Amino acid sequence: MAWTGNVLRVDLTSGKIASEPLNREWARDYLGQRGLATKYLYEEIDPTIDALSPANKLIMTTGPLTGTMAATGGRYSVVTKSPLTGAVACSNSGGFIGAEMKMAGWDMIIFEGKSPQPVYLYVENENAELMPADDLWGASVWETDERLHAKHQDPLIRIACVGRAAEQGCLYASVVNDLHRAAGRSGVGTVMAAKNLKALVCRGTKGVGNLKDPMRFFQATEQGKKVLAENAVTGQGLPKFGTQVLMNVINEVGAMPTRNMREVQFEGAHKISAEAMHEPRSDGTPNLHTNAACFACTIACGRISTIEKGHFTIENKPKYWGASGGLEYEAAWALGSDTGVDDLETLTYVNFLCNEDGIDPISFGATVAAAMELYERGVITQEDTGGIDLRFGSAEALARATELTARGEGFGKILGLGSLRLCEKYGHPELSMTVKGQEFPAYDPRGIQGMGLAYATANRGACHLRAYTVASEILGIPEKTDPLVTEGKAELVKAFQDATAAVDSSGLCVFTTFAWGMEDIAPQVDAACEGDWSAEKMLEVGERVWNLERDFNLKAGLTMADDTLPHRLLEEGANTGPAEGRVNDLQQMLPRYYEIRGWTQDGELSDDTRRRLRV
Amino acid sequence: MLRALKLEPEKCTGCLQCEMACSYENEGVFNPAKSRIKVFTFHQEGRFAPYTCTQCEEAWCLHSCPVEAIVINAETGAKEVLDNVCVGCKVCTIACPFGTVNYNQDSGKVMKCDLCGGDPWCAKACPTGAITYVDVDSTGLDRMRAWAQQSPAGPATHVEPRPKEIATYNRAQ
Repeated sequence: MAWTGNVLRVDLTSGKIASEPLNREWARDYLGQRGLATKYLYEEIDPTIDALSPANKLIMTTGPLTGTMAATGGRYSVVTKSPLTGAVACSNSGGFIGAEMKMAGWDMIIFEGKSPQPVYLYVENENAELMPADDLWGASVWETDERLHAKHQDPLIRIACVGRAAEQGCLYASVVNDLHRAAGRSGVGTVMAAKNLKALVCRGTKGVGNLKDPMRFFQATEQGKKVLAENAVTGQGLPKFGTQVLMNVINEVGAMPTRNMREVQFEGAHKISAEAMHEPRSDGTPNLHTNAACFACTIACGRISTIEKGHFTIENKPKYWGASGGLEYEAAWALGSDTGVDDLETLTYVNFLCNEDGIDPISFGATVAAAMELYERGVITQEDTGGIDLRFGSAEALARATELTARGEGFGKILGLGSLRLCEKYGHPELSMTVKGQEFPAYDPRGIQGMGLAYATANRGACHLRAYTVASEILGIPEKTDPLVTEGKAELVKAFQDATAAVDSSGLCVFTTFAWGMEDIAPQVDAACEGDWSAEKMLEVGERVWNLERDFNLKAGLTMADDTLPHRLLEEGANTGPAEGRVNDLQQMLPRYYEIRGWTQDGELSDDTRRRLRV
Repeated sequence: MLRALKLEPEKCTGCLQCEMACSYENEGVFNPAKSRIKVFTFHQEGRFAPYTCTQCEEAWCLHSCPVEAIVINAETGAKEVLDNVCVGCKVCTIACPFGTVNYNQDSGKVMKCDLCGGDPWCAKACPTGAITYVDVDSTGLDRMRAWAQQSPAGPATHVEPRPKEIATYNRAQ
């Protein structure tokens, strides 16, 4: 119940499409979405395979609450083995495609093999068909979306697709849905393109029902919405300022990674912050046009922005003159602070390009930042960059680098390799700000100690969405801890990791957890889903998911040596702010973390842990 | 008091809670495809607009129905489709100038907003107040108030005449 109970399996090699029942036994242990799809991946592929080979699988997956009235119940994830990290990849997106898949009657779609020709999958309820996409290959996400809408003559279809970056092998290409939402991280789009799969086109008119206890579901979701509305972050901060509400806050606490994490505070933060997005520009309009919601979301943190008329980035380019997805905090940080660029309009343009051609702005911005440091050190020159004067702070250089990376041209092809491969190529791997090959997000772990452990142990490489201890260490949610202290952080990180894995398996958005605890979430899941879904059970599911992901990675060849941070964060002290002189004291936290995880000293799952969690 | 759905697009975030509430109340499933209220997104303009039946007094749908399957609910003023009478001829869908009565291929009948018998679920579900259920004679009240606030009389605290602002106001008209 709440699940549709149907899985669509698409063998791209042979073109065979089949429906099969959802594995209910696994659903009881892994709930849905992130957890359940990871279980399928774990059982069905050899973790050591090349992520870009036909042997890899790509799973688009919903949660049991996706497509319901539960606030934020519109999430979907793309689960696969990552070409960027070699670890498990699970990228989560909002928008409307997840709910549409569910309305069409599918809990998940599993893509296998590789199509001999470019194709897209068209799904209309129980009818699914692979259609030729030769004419769409080489088209951007925006162009693909427009052409598919025109072709199918149906304004109500929803589309998730890859852009030119993925086709060109950019290792952090995303799968973009609904024009400006993205399963952004770890190169899930790269895997999709490697399968010659351009798009999923979906139309669902069957609806989602079959709730275990409808009356209790309405009560529980109603109560949940009330909590979100009354909370300062989800009721006011996020709708008004979006995630960008964090820009000035994080800068003040000295945890704003700047210029490839050489510094921890950005002097231009106020120019690219949420507040700046509200300021009228020369034409009288602000950068932020309106906020927008994903499916079923009563928070509506999404940003819809325009670029200032006449700005150099959009001269004679009318396609960028309208409104589209604006800057989230992570994008504003990576594209701005980390590259030293403080021009809000350029960042918005670059963000548009990231959506238009499907690249992860976090990994991209951080890769440009690494390239800028190499350039400033004279390791690379304009000969390498194709004439781009790649200085920190250059808006022109950033815009140009983005255009090239989006299309996979010239130096953009090299930037598309990601920070680690770029730095290795030029002999300076230590300048890559990555964990397991994935670039850092927007919180410097010298100023927020728990985040260092969260990054080092995140199963998909450096990531803020696996354990957002910022909530506790900076914002005091659910309770305040000292960001500069390491004691207790192993426990904090584990608690956040487990809870987040559970939320990511439900169909709900992790941003609800600014206001909701598991005691708010569990009743909603329990009223919808067959079985007993108490808060304890949810956390057990989260812990199981975490261990399963870990086990996948270990089988893929990762070891405890990969649970680390770049030298810069472990050895070079923060240069300013409250954390001045501090490094991240990872080693004070990591052994304790292994211990409470029930792992061996080598970071492997102990037999007891396997038995207890049935992994 | 007769009430009407008041739609304020500028408050809409496009979350579709209204469509889910509507479809659940009427069909027993969450299914925007079967919702009587629709939210339209104008992406390039960054605009969302909910839209549904306004319950015309002289309802084209009602007058065009050859089998008198559309009737007036005297209590709510809603024009309601009698499913056991409707033959699915779709003439009403042609007659309605606003497109707010539509055929449902699953039931073989037409469907339109019936104000949920006087307790519309869409209004209850809307998290931003973009859909409210108010006195039918006063749907323009907020807009009138907003304009009134800009009127030359100005707030009561203004004791001095302010000719410049009056001139601005006149130009805007």
